[in-house]
Amino acid sequence: MRGKTLLLCVLVSVTLPFLPLLLWSVADKWFYPALFPQAFGTRAWSYVFTTAGSQILDGLFTSFSLALMTTIVSLLLGVPAGRALGLYDFPGKKLTMLFLTLPIIVPPLSVSMGLHLWFIRLELAETFFGIVLIHLTFCLPYTIFVIRGVFSNYNPDFEAQARSLGAPPLTVIFRVMFPVILPGIIVAALFSFLLSWSQYLSTLIIGGGKMLTLPILLFSLIGSGDRPVAAAVSLVFILPAFLALLGSAHYLGRTGLKGIR
Amino acid sequence: MSGPGRKASLHQLVYLLGPALTIILLLFGGGLLLGLFQALDVSSATGMKSITFDHFRTVFTDPDFAGSIALTLYISLTSTLLAASISIVLALAIAHWAANNRIVNFILQIPLTVPHLVIAISFLLLLSPGGIFSRFFSFFGMIPSPSAFPLLVNDDYGVSILVVYVWKEIPFITFMLLSVLKNLGPELSEVGATLNGSRLQRFRYITLPIIGPSLGAACLIVFAFTFGAFEVPYLLGKTYPVSLPVWAYKNYSDIDLLARPEGIAIGLIIAATITVSITLSQVLIQFARKRGVII
Repeated sequence: MRGKTLLLCVLVSVTLPFLPLLLWSVADKWFYPALFPQAFGTRAWSYVFTTAGSQILDGLFTSFSLALMTTIVSLLLGVPAGRALGLYDFPGKKLTMLFLTLPIIVPPLSVSMGLHLWFIRLELAETFFGIVLIHLTFCLPYTIFVIRGVFSNYNPDFEAQARSLGAPPLTVIFRVMFPVILPGIIVAALFSFLLSWSQYLSTLIIGGGKMLTLPILLFSLIGSGDRPVAAAVSLVFILPAFLALLGSAHYLGRTGLKGIR
Repeated sequence: MSGPGRKASLHQLVYLLGPALTIILLLFGGGLLLGLFQALDVSSATGMKSITFDHFRTVFTDPDFAGSIALTLYISLTSTLLAASISIVLALAIAHWAANNRIVNFILQIPLTVPHLVIAISFLLLLSPGGIFSRFFSFFGMIPSPSAFPLLVNDDYGVSILVVYVWKEIPFITFMLLSVLKNLGPELSEVGATLNGSRLQRFRYITLPIIGPSLGAACLIVFAFTFGAFEVPYLLGKTYPVSLPVWAYKNYSDIDLLARPEGIAIGLIIAATITVSITLSQVLIQFARKRGVII
């Protein structure tokens, strides 16, 4: 009984903010103080899919490829680093850990403003690669943080056994280590994808308004004051992450996304 | 922590840690350092000769500085405390009544995937004077006129900013707490009950010390994030005074390029404030532990 009340409370508080987005995205006429829209329609959605269709699609594509690239690089660099920090003891380990995870608490804003001038000189500003680099400054530390946790419960003796049976190094990595740490890799990947996906200010500073990711498009839409369209684009913006959650929920089971913010 | 303490050769460590360290050192360390150079007017052309603290002085002596830092601290401290208190209750309730309920777990993960920007927009549509709450109260005659609805957006107390952060951060803290509570059986609490410990005493002396480290870590991350975040106070905050990150970006993007080093200086002040307050809280906790205070 109490479990049901709890479920209801959580359900209502979590879903409440999606209500205005859904209602506004299908409202054609909704004057104050009407509780519900006076006229429903598909103006906002047809704007999103036809009038601004190519722009939104470009935004989706830019955001998606940025987030994907950032995630891949974060994993390539973060898995080895997380392994070193989680598995081995070495002098200066605490300091290394502190330094590698410090960017989690220092806001990207401080870093991007400092790097901007140098990115302009190195011709990295306003480029895809430049934005991947700036997103790495916070995605990589989070990845290392998650992967380190995975490796602190990891037993490398299995690798030794595989090696003694004659497995070459790559086979050991992909057939022994990889399957064991896969759930951790999925959490870290989702984590880093979401951070990059929802990033606004650092993309704006380094991209100089040239890289039109979804958050940047959304911000300009709010400025224009068109509520139905802003609501519709917001829904487009949250859909991929929600789908990723659905997909991973099945796979990760009860471990879920804990640790992600 | 409790790792087997395996040894690795230096060669191995360099090749495992080297790439990540290089990236963080270059981009993060470099970004802050280059920012500091710009804020101090040190450039490759003039070197250290042109060093000046003028930009920092301008920021610190600005009449808006005190108001801005107070507002930022108010927002981040209040939202962290509110989110943490609700999360403790929620995590305990879930651990007690719904520990293996996959639906609760799934629903609670949804806010983790929603960008702050989107939630700021939806609370704008809910709480603004023409928003759905205002319509609701006016429709059912609970407020005499639309203008009687309290100002919750761009207001003095940053109500909508706090609501967005609390909504967004509760699941994060709750999952951090649940990961500890899941491994904690009812045994300890039962012992406490046999010893005649009240509910409150059992919470204070059994549960709290166990969830303490996770709670602390989660709170620090939330505090640091809300102190340095831009989107939510920019969209939902009032125009004066603005929070530090908004002020920093306003200066940085000013058409007057002379304001740019001041923007960078504010960015560095934000970074320094977060680092110092987190270090300080760690030192205080260590100190309290040594004095035997149970936290």
